[in-house]
Amino acid sequence: MRVLVAGLNHKSADVEVREKLAFTGEKLEQGLSAILALPQVKEAIIISTCNRVEIYMGVEDPGEATGQVKQFISAFHSIPEKLLDKALYFHNDSPAVRHIFRVASSLDSMVVGEPQILGQVKAAFQFALEKKATGVLMNRLMKKAISVAKRVRTETKVAENAVSISFAAVELARKIFNDLGGKSVLLLGAGEMAELAARHLMNNGVREIVVANRTFERGCELAQDFNGRAVTFSAFKDEMVHSDIVICSTGAPNYVVFKQDLHNIMKERKQRPVFMIDISVPRNIDPKINGLENVYLYDVDDLQGVVDSNKNERGKEAQKAEDIITGEVDVFERWAASLQSIPTVVALRQKAQCIGEAELERLFNRVPMDEKQQGAVRQMATAIVNKLIHSPTAALKEDVEDRDLFIAIIRKLYDLS
Amino acid sequence: MGAITFDISLAFYFCAMIFSLLDLSKSTKTKIFPKLMLLSALVGFGFHTVYIFYTGFMAGHVPFVNPREATSFFAWCIFLLFFILEYRYKVGLMGSFITPLAFLLMFISFILPPEMKPLSPVLRSQWLGVHTVFAFLANAAFAMAAGVGFMYLVQEHYVKSKHLGGLFSRLPSLHVLDEINYRLVTAGFPLFTIAIISGSIWADNAWGSYISWEPRQIWALVTWLIFGIVLHARLQRGWRGRRAAALSILGFLTIIGAFAGLALLQKGSHVFL
Repeated sequence: MRVLVAGLNHKSADVEVREKLAFTGEKLEQGLSAILALPQVKEAIIISTCNRVEIYMGVEDPGEATGQVKQFISAFHSIPEKLLDKALYFHNDSPAVRHIFRVASSLDSMVVGEPQILGQVKAAFQFALEKKATGVLMNRLMKKAISVAKRVRTETKVAENAVSISFAAVELARKIFNDLGGKSVLLLGAGEMAELAARHLMNNGVREIVVANRTFERGCELAQDFNGRAVTFSAFKDEMVHSDIVICSTGAPNYVVFKQDLHNIMKERKQRPVFMIDISVPRNIDPKINGLENVYLYDVDDLQGVVDSNKNERGKEAQKAEDIITGEVDVFERWAASLQSIPTVVALRQKAQCIGEAELERLFNRVPMDEKQQGAVRQMATAIVNKLIHSPTAALKEDVEDRDLFIAIIRKLYDLS
Repeated sequence: MGAITFDISLAFYFCAMIFSLLDLSKSTKTKIFPKLMLLSALVGFGFHTVYIFYTGFMAGHVPFVNPREATSFFAWCIFLLFFILEYRYKVGLMGSFITPLAFLLMFISFILPPEMKPLSPVLRSQWLGVHTVFAFLANAAFAMAAGVGFMYLVQEHYVKSKHLGGLFSRLPSLHVLDEINYRLVTAGFPLFTIAIISGSIWADNAWGSYISWEPRQIWALVTWLIFGIVLHARLQRGWRGRRAAALSILGFLTIIGAFAGLALLQKGSHVFL
């Protein structure tokens, strides 16, 4: 069995496509059982977040499975296959293993090092586990991915990046407002990174946090978290008149806030300064807004630039993380390869046992024996079978480079079909 | 004795300026330079104060009646306000922007001829003291407003351009700079108004008319108008931040223009300006 991943992320697809392909609510369970029903797929896990939708599978033949999975996704979400071609990526075997390791370690995130993804991976694994959708391969893969992510977090400074981005945002806010005490923060949309930045601002004593989200209920939940209040998304322009800091991550594919809007808002605000943080990729705030007086607009790249004053150091940390992952991919691959010999080991054992059973049957039919005698002969037969297959089994399980050759030879010698 | 105290204070101001510039150029967070700067400035200020009282005592009237004394007193007023702001706001790097300006004024004062012409009797009046002290305090406030406004423009440039290197981390926040600028202008404006009113009363006493429309007086009115606009625009239209900073710099440049141009021309009935 081999690892296959089919997915799309913030780099390969717009939020509109991502939303259409998302497995949310009941769709997750339905999707999972539908995938498992595909002839090629033995195990499956679905990871579906704001920024990515990925299906990890244990399959027999990745080539054949790819076609089946694509068909399934297209049918399940009723999207023509042609549209999927651009958005979907497929990896199998070690690139797939590397991919999930990078995802869990947050190296593939919109904001590298963002901490939520690991929790999401864990939750997806847990769900699949409960639904009994996983087996040896996926269990091992996910457990390994989680432990690799933890290694990356503790052994490198990659995780500090996201923290330092929101830290940079707070520092900037301080350089604009000096004291954040009386300031009001507006969250436009409720992405993961925005939440982190808002939490940082809250810890620095902002007066109020207001959430304007497209889904009002989600906005309410988040607002409750912050002891703030939620407003409908359409009301955000009115709210901006009173907001000193605006954090935007709606995930919309185009601009949501335009220069003219803000021009009018600034008039109403009597030009009191506004600090705007656009965390969305692609951007949701027209960059021209930075040209307005008393408006300071930073997007993720700008904040990254602020953090990146020590770029070399960061590059080194990312490289360190990639090295950890490369090492772990090797370890996993070796284990996965040992999995390949299991069918042969089982077949060999079965064959030997069958022969043993058949011969015992014949012997007992020809020579009458009492139970005690039968037991002793049976014991001897089992011992001979076990001892004979011990060395080839051990050789199969051994971690050697030409394992495929071993398997082929043993299958040939013992005539295992 | 007067000359010596002046020279000593000039020397200390010079040290203060050097320390403030070292503070500016040092990326390390050494706290020694701001302290040395403040100490030298305070010692210089002490000698400077002695000098002003001594010359005033010798002349028998406020000692700001020639260009040399006027520029020196201007510098004194700036240092006074600087100490007050330093105590009140503890703003990083303000010394680096203010002490060079104040030292420059002292140096100009130093190279100007030390003429001690007796004051013409027609100008001898209690209005001389009122007018000059308020005028210089107001001008010092405007000079500081310009200096702080310049700091605002530098800091805003960092934030807007998103290159947060250089002095970004050491300069104060935009809010604080804007507020100090605003405070200075609101303090300077009434002082300047009092100076203009007392000046015209004084002129009326001396020459029999409140205003003689000579260049210096027109410049003063222009300056008054500019800062009046700065205040009005800020309060009514929210012209804060960059615009307020730029306008206060413009206002201060008009004052300097008046000082330099008219002091050199030495025309009109206005004594030294």
